[in-house]
Amino acid sequence: MARLLTALSMFSLAMIVGVLASVRRAHIRVEYSVSWLFAALVLLGLSLSDAPLRRIGQFLGVSDAPAALLIAAGCVFVVVLYRTSLLISDLKDSNIALAQRVAILEYRLESLDEKVKEAAG
Amino acid sequence: MSKLLILIPAFNEEGAVGDVIREVQAVLPETPVPVVDDSSIDGTVLRARQAGARVLELPHHLGLGGCVQAGYRLAYELGYDYVIRVDGDGQHDPRDIPKLLEVLQKTGCEMVIGSRYVNGKGPHFGWMRAAGIFFFRAVLRPILGKAVRDPTSGFVGVNRTALSVFSRSFPLEYPEIEALVVLQRRRFRFVEVPCHMRPRKAGRSSITAVRSLYYILHVLLGVFVNVLKFERRRK
Repeated sequence: MARLLTALSMFSLAMIVGVLASVRRAHIRVEYSVSWLFAALVLLGLSLSDAPLRRIGQFLGVSDAPAALLIAAGCVFVVVLYRTSLLISDLKDSNIALAQRVAILEYRLESLDEKVKEAAG
Repeated sequence: MSKLLILIPAFNEEGAVGDVIREVQAVLPETPVPVVDDSSIDGTVLRARQAGARVLELPHHLGLGGCVQAGYRLAYELGYDYVIRVDGDGQHDPRDIPKLLEVLQKTGCEMVIGSRYVNGKGPHFGWMRAAGIFFFRAVLRPILGKAVRDPTSGFVGVNRTALSVFSRSFPLEYPEIEALVVLQRRRFRFVEVPCHMRPRKAGRSSITAVRSLYYILHVLLGVFVNVLKFERRRK
């Protein structure tokens, strides 16, 4: 149990450092890093203190603390992944609308060019 | 006079798109026939231009729904009254276009579907496709309140009312079936017109055997989401 909690603490810390480094290098935008940082902090909190973990275990009816920890970690990441899916869907919609708009504008510009050339002679 | 546009969505159809354009132009010489190219990696754009068509070139691949919707948006912005979609693979016979247009104009319905099965029998495109069509007929019957013989046909014509809806909101993947539900939920009408379908001239269908299951699940989900969405709005 202690080893699992230590491993999870280190993983959470590594995640926080990794996400912050990515934000610094502009690989992740700040608004998209928030959910990952939040998830890492929740996991860090759970792994550093026994009491909340035991309470979660009791609430879920799981006597085994490591199992409760894994369930909690799984739930946190499912929420983060769900939020990521929402963001991706939103971005995809914007991207499609933008691609269509670019294509339509190019098409209309081409038509306009042809009309100008025809008019010019 | 009503303005008609013939829309040809195409993705990697260099082997067929030129002939399709020439066939359409032979039937309707004065009608604009833009090709919507979904970022093909072959010579589709070149062949289309050589055949005399203008090309709406999407900057990257959007899938069939996004490709068709781009065409609908263009048509709506340019003020067209009717749009008939003819696939770039040569399966649809352009000689049927006047028939579709006539029904659109005479009935005032928002959408016509060129159907290969409306007379009770049609060409055989493989047992999997036939099973899929049979399944979706059964699913759609209670939702639409009437039978639809060929729900997966891409040979469709729409009027400006449907165009205004589709230019704003259109299913992105495998759009034909979902589009029917969207129309029906808005109390729009559709009519099926018997049409002649041919085997594709070149290229391959995007729906392979492996993708069929994904197709069915995706479309089913889309259908039910649309039904729930409109039911909630109605309440």
